[in-house]
Amino acid sequence: MSRTWVTPGGVHPPENKHQSLTQPIGQLPIPEKLIIPLSQHIGAPATPCVEIGQQVLKGQVIAQAAGLVSIPMHAPSSGTISAIEHRPIAHASGMLAPCIEITTDGADTWIEHQGISDYEHITPSKLIEMVGNAGISGMGGAGFPSAVKLNPGRQRPIDTLIVNATECEPYITADDSAIRERAGEIVEGIKILSAILDHPTNIMIGIEDNKPEAIAALAPHVEDSGISVVVFPTKYPSGGEKQLIYILTGKELPAGKLPADEGIVCINIGTTYAIKRAVIDGEPLISRVTTVTGDAVGTPRNYDTLIGTPVRHLLEHNQFDGQAGGRVIMGGPMMGFTLPSADVPIVKTTNCILAPSYAEIPDDDPAQPCIRCGMCAEACPVSLLPQQLFWYAQAEEHDRLEAHNLFDCIECGACSYVCPSNIPLVQYYRAAKGDIRKAREEKVKSDHARERFEFHKERIEQAEREKEAKRAARREATQQAKADHLAATANGGAAPSAPATASPAGAVPTSSAADIIAAAQARAAAKQANPEDQRAKLERTIASAEQRLKMAEEKLAEAINEDSGKQDKLSAAVENTRQKLEQSKSKLAELAE
Amino acid sequence: MAFKQVSSPHAHAAQNTSQVMKLVLLATIPGLAALTWQFGWGSFINVVLASVTAVCCEAAIVKMRGRSISFYLGDYSAVVTAVLLGLALPPLAPWWVVVVGTVFSIVVAKQLYGGLGYNPFNPAMVGYVVLLISFPIQMTTWVAPLALLPAGAAHPGLVESLQIVFAGYSPADGVTGATPLDVFKHSSGLLVDQVYDREPLFNQAMFAGAGWEWVNLGFLLGGIILLYQRIFTWHGPVGMLGALALMSIIFWDSGSSSSPGSPLMHLFSGASMMGAFFILTDPVSSAVSNRGRLIFGVLIGVLVYVIRAWGNYPDAVAFAVLLANFAAPFIDNYTLPRTYGHTDRRRATEKEED
Repeated sequence: MSRTWVTPGGVHPPENKHQSLTQPIGQLPIPEKLIIPLSQHIGAPATPCVEIGQQVLKGQVIAQAAGLVSIPMHAPSSGTISAIEHRPIAHASGMLAPCIEITTDGADTWIEHQGISDYEHITPSKLIEMVGNAGISGMGGAGFPSAVKLNPGRQRPIDTLIVNATECEPYITADDSAIRERAGEIVEGIKILSAILDHPTNIMIGIEDNKPEAIAALAPHVEDSGISVVVFPTKYPSGGEKQLIYILTGKELPAGKLPADEGIVCINIGTTYAIKRAVIDGEPLISRVTTVTGDAVGTPRNYDTLIGTPVRHLLEHNQFDGQAGGRVIMGGPMMGFTLPSADVPIVKTTNCILAPSYAEIPDDDPAQPCIRCGMCAEACPVSLLPQQLFWYAQAEEHDRLEAHNLFDCIECGACSYVCPSNIPLVQYYRAAKGDIRKAREEKVKSDHARERFEFHKERIEQAEREKEAKRAARREATQQAKADHLAATANGGAAPSAPATASPAGAVPTSSAADIIAAAQARAAAKQANPEDQRAKLERTIASAEQRLKMAEEKLAEAINEDSGKQDKLSAAVENTRQKLEQSKSKLAELAE
Repeated sequence: MAFKQVSSPHAHAAQNTSQVMKLVLLATIPGLAALTWQFGWGSFINVVLASVTAVCCEAAIVKMRGRSISFYLGDYSAVVTAVLLGLALPPLAPWWVVVVGTVFSIVVAKQLYGGLGYNPFNPAMVGYVVLLISFPIQMTTWVAPLALLPAGAAHPGLVESLQIVFAGYSPADGVTGATPLDVFKHSSGLLVDQVYDREPLFNQAMFAGAGWEWVNLGFLLGGIILLYQRIFTWHGPVGMLGALALMSIIFWDSGSSSSPGSPLMHLFSGASMMGAFFILTDPVSSAVSNRGRLIFGVLIGVLVYVIRAWGNYPDAVAFAVLLANFAAPFIDNYTLPRTYGHTDRRRATEKEED
């Protein structure tokens, strides 16, 4: 068995995983409405490519990836597009976001799709394209587009592929049950990943020792495959990417680096299953395993849930008792966030819906003063001093917070979990991080404004100096002329010598002003220089221009129908927009060259 | 259907601050039992009297500050301070000594600085030092341990003890006596072996002074329980005891007449064990990181030895702890742990890395 390393800190909250593992993965009836948020991932939200009233088939693209770091969305079932609007989504802030609503027809008719079985003979770039087109983003937590993670545009080759099957949060068993029932397909997915990454020397599935059934299920499939299943002791938060990398390799990811910089790709085990379905079966990511658990639901278990299923649908099919508990959590009890209502949909990262009873997770007691007992520091997996961070967060001492490495906090919640004074430490850190980011942005802005102001002042002064110099020169010239004239009249017309005009003072900007100008030019150049940014910008411009064009054309059509006499004006506007669109497109084409 | 909005984490460990404090109180029982067994009812009366005074003071101040009395008394921190002070005071000290010390601990050293969590100095030790400086006679009169009582005599009973404490009765002859550290402070001209031979405090003892060794063993036991319960880490106590042992080995001087005493005597006399496990482990006024607490402990161990051996006071835990409290923020500045993904430790005052 491979060696494993032990991370500092960590906690052992009650696991509560057995409740949802008594039954196999279930299937729910198709909900009447599916709500698909356009942003279920890190990166730009997808752009809708369907219209209200349009019929869609299961697996049909309903929104396209907008730019490089984005993913498309697919219809999870067949039906009619019934709304494209802002809806409440699963976000810690309870915000609204653009969504596509599908009213399902119950037929669940698939669009024509086809996979490929001999992925070994397909180029990695083609495979990555398939993964990207299937709308796959990381299903463990953050939802980073998988195709971007696997893209070969990196500094060094990948020698280690880590498949994260840790599932260290209490209650959640989505990965566990998926491995038990789909180990073969998961390993197939890992083999595809291996092919994409040009066969890394080290392929490890990291899993905690509280999942013996899953470990046993993987064993026959990984035999002679070069994939090792690495089992390590259960401890929260071993499943954090940085923690898992350390546990399996003994390497710490340097602050600010990505795993790829160290030759490592770390991917959630649920994502490998989605990759297998995408490549071998040609199916996009439209469903995932989600645990529904907690004492407030009747039968805790795992479901193969369509993306976009309202949480209400899951709860109602599980005899949810709204009186038993006060909160419904998306995710686990350590890092999950409470839902504002049951109307929010399941997204690609939703591994668990936890509806705890008051007895399981009581309301918080009021916080007592921090006595700096240090239990938080003992629990911290990244060796911070949470008690000091709390102290400085309260005092809003940003320099101190940064010196104490606030930004290395992974917000795992271990410190708050052990805090005997019930202090919501993580919340303080989130707020402090937000404040610091805002202050940084404002500093950049104000620096910029100050530089601009100084430059402006400098320019005015320079202009003033130049004018003054010119005036002086003129005055001198006049005096000279007068003198010459006098002399001429006196001497009888000798040619006047040209007045020695000194270079006007201040014509050359002072060095500090030169610096400011240079800095401004450099900034402008930097903006220009990055072709990716430029491209993304152009793509955005094109998208918005297309939309404007569409709207203008609609208006024009309307005007023609009604014969309102505005046709001329509107058709001019349409032409104008079209021209702009053409311009942007040609620029983009230029850039592509 | 609207749900409650709460930020993560949702799960909490069962332990709370009141439980931590109660556990500390429970862990003082072996020490208190040993004190009562070896020195009579005095310490017990001290502890009860100090606790009552502390709770009254805390309640009065919390009320004055317009806070919830039940909530703030519920954390038991005032009782912990009082119990530790009561244990440190000489048994059968007059009641007003205990009351003055407790009032100073709770009102001045703790509440005036902002209450629990905000006091820069250990409140019990502030109270103790105020008393030691103000009332040196009362503070240096110790009861003789059980083994040293004159034949046929016993420690005063509970009623008699109460009369001594509250009504100013004088204890019977032979009930008070010197402590082992006093003996060494005044043992000029004698070899350590001679001291051990002649002094009943030592020739009646197992290894470190009659009565005192039991008291220190009691506090050691309580401390080990707290360590096992992970109320604090080993760093502070080990730092202090290690430094104390090392200093007494270095200056042992093979038991000459100028030797300040053996390592065993230093570890198991006076307030060594109580200081190591119950005083310097006060998290509020100590250094914060484990490394910082180790240094904090070492500093106290060295200071205790220096004051015991060459200072004016026979014991020095209180002074050493207060001096180290001064140093704690300084220690903190240089002892930040190394964070995951960073190559170096940083300083607390360092600005953002460029």
